[in-house]
Amino acid sequence: MKHLLSIGDLDRAGIERICDRAAAFESVGGQDIKKVPALRGRTVLNLFYESSTRTRSSFELAAKRLSADVVNFVASGSSVEKGESLKDTVLTLSAHRPDVIVIRCPWAGGPELLPRWTDAAIINAGDGKHEHPTQALLDVYTLRRRLGNLDGVKIWIVGDVLHSRVARSGIVAFQQMGASVTLAGPPTLMPREAESLGVEVRTTLDGLREADVVYALRMQHERMDDAFVPSLREYASVYQVNARRLGARQLLMHPGPVNRGVELSGDVVDSPQSLILEQVAAGVVVRMAVLYEVLAASRSGDPITEPQPA
Amino acid sequence: MTLSPSSVPLVRAPAPSANLLVRQARVLDPREGIDGAHDVLVRDGVIAEIGLPGTIRAPDDAEIVEAAGRLLSPAFTDPHVHLRTPGQEHKEDLETGTRAAAAGGFCQVIGMPNTDPVIDSAPILRSLRETAARDARIPVGFVGSITVGLRGTALTVMAALRRAGALGFSDDGRPIASAGMLRRALQYQRLTGAVLALHEEDFDLSAGGSMHEGQVSARLGIGGIPSISESAIIARDVLVARHEGGAIHLQHLSSSDSVLTVERAKQDGTRVTCEASPHHLCLTDEAVAGYDTSMKMNPPLRTEADRQALIEGLRSGVIDCVATDHAPHARDEKEVPFEQAPMGTTGLETAFSALHTELVLPGVLELGLLIDRMTSGCGIFGLPIPRVAVGEAANLALIDLEACWIVGEHGYESRSANCCFAGRRLQGRVLLTIADGVVAYRERGFAMSVAPGPGRTV
Repeated sequence: MKHLLSIGDLDRAGIERICDRAAAFESVGGQDIKKVPALRGRTVLNLFYESSTRTRSSFELAAKRLSADVVNFVASGSSVEKGESLKDTVLTLSAHRPDVIVIRCPWAGGPELLPRWTDAAIINAGDGKHEHPTQALLDVYTLRRRLGNLDGVKIWIVGDVLHSRVARSGIVAFQQMGASVTLAGPPTLMPREAESLGVEVRTTLDGLREADVVYALRMQHERMDDAFVPSLREYASVYQVNARRLGARQLLMHPGPVNRGVELSGDVVDSPQSLILEQVAAGVVVRMAVLYEVLAASRSGDPITEPQPA
Repeated sequence: MTLSPSSVPLVRAPAPSANLLVRQARVLDPREGIDGAHDVLVRDGVIAEIGLPGTIRAPDDAEIVEAAGRLLSPAFTDPHVHLRTPGQEHKEDLETGTRAAAAGGFCQVIGMPNTDPVIDSAPILRSLRETAARDARIPVGFVGSITVGLRGTALTVMAALRRAGALGFSDDGRPIASAGMLRRALQYQRLTGAVLALHEEDFDLSAGGSMHEGQVSARLGIGGIPSISESAIIARDVLVARHEGGAIHLQHLSSSDSVLTVERAKQDGTRVTCEASPHHLCLTDEAVAGYDTSMKMNPPLRTEADRQALIEGLRSGVIDCVATDHAPHARDEKEVPFEQAPMGTTGLETAFSALHTELVLPGVLELGLLIDRMTSGCGIFGLPIPRVAVGEAANLALIDLEACWIVGEHGYESRSANCCFAGRRLQGRVLLTIADGVVAYRERGFAMSVAPGPGRTV
């Protein structure tokens, strides 16, 4: 795999390969010296056009644990605000010869343009409302750790699907791994013809108890200007995942950051059913595996199953 | 009584009149009822004689064009192009735009007023027409804007614009958001007599959208432009037009509901005409799946069901004509993420070939019908429709229906390359275009093959 632009770039075997390698990287985080030399001398460039604390730091940590050099290019306050195009920015940064460019941008399909302008491997860290493939991988990884496999698992994705790249990647990855997906959310925040994604679509949380996994999406305050729902209070009254609605054996996920009291009640966030912090932790090892996949595995053809300590 | 428009509705650069004899071409003009092999003699730019093959003797000073097996059609007209002059000459100008038109077999085009500055006053229009009289390869006409600066708040000086040569009025690129403003423009039409060409889009419904709202947009995460953003405002506007007895021309129809609405309005006697573009007739929103910004246009490519409705509308006559909405953009403007890219595709150089390949060859549309719909557009703006008839100014396109070519392989006559058909293999190629009695285009390979020999003068 040269790039990770979309979760569709991976088949089931590819997703499993990355999850297995991520599992092998778990031990690195437990060492005193949290580094392996796998990508020593390689340069990873984080190109972020949107504010993102967790995804960017997760990629940065992943790269550093593989001994790569990391450059962060945060687009706000830089030449981008002076009107530089994506093309010129990428051409300029490519002059530094990065091996990987990790890009987060507000434009769907933006990462797909980059291979025209650079030889670096491209990893999509979220493009507009389109996809967030490493989030989907870490979600699959987290669920596999808990459940063994996803075959036949019922996953409900709840909330603002319309604006959610997490949902769009997650649907594909979960289905690829054998799970069935139901979308539930306000009709105003559901894509038209969402059924064509191979999912069931609900407008209430009736029947939520049938789910094995409840994946709540972040309700984005800034969208409320467009009045997609009358009020956050009304949203919460119908769609909040709380202790009353969540059954004891159901697992809870969320891509973060959580709006406590909106899409999730505080008590379920802190409950043992919540995998939210496991998702964050999984982010580092999964991104290590993705970086390894695009840089090392494709070239050596000899996958390292047991990382060597530095 | 209405104001009479300028005595010269179209302008072009001066050029010598053609003298040539096209021999043994298949002449096809559905309006004249001609379909068969003929010789056609053009003398001083006028069709002087049409005869059975081999019966016309070439005068000494006439070029002979051997055209056996080729199609000779009335040249095409396009009531909806963006030539970008004044103000956006980095995308296109009158010379490159009309060269592209000639290469596509067109003999007349009508430029839209959303330039910089907007064509909203008589001096600007006069100046533009003066430029066209120097630069245009084929006759070109212009419409003025309906509202000042396309802002939708005040009518332009339509009478002055009409006298200065405006063929009609349009705020193309933007709808007339206010029904009251449209009504006033239609009332004023009783004075000017000029049709209003309407870009139908409800900005409330299309806001934030970059492609058709449907399955593909759900997958790609691109904001959707629903079909009703077009059809709902069409429903409003045909009622306003009917109430005022005014004439409206609806630009670039894209959805099946729009076709249905126009069909009903026509049945009710509303004075409404409409057009469809080659891209909406040939492509669907699936073409956007690769985020190719050449596939981003307004209105957006819609579903296969919409495309079929447009084809049926073109066949039945609910859709009166083909119009390209030729919308050139510079490479760096289109080489950006899809949602950032400007709307529009070029279309003049590929219109006939694309429709011939996608609709005529598979048997969906008859060739004669396509020619009818590709020649009738400017008639809606009061211009004479090109005909292959003795005594008419020569407006002719010679076409090789067998020739295949890859779009963009050898570049474009247009200054811009944002063509939605780029890289496609099309069948049917314009070899020679005569516009208003002047040879406006010769395909390079064809020109070489008929280089003058002894005894012939070009």
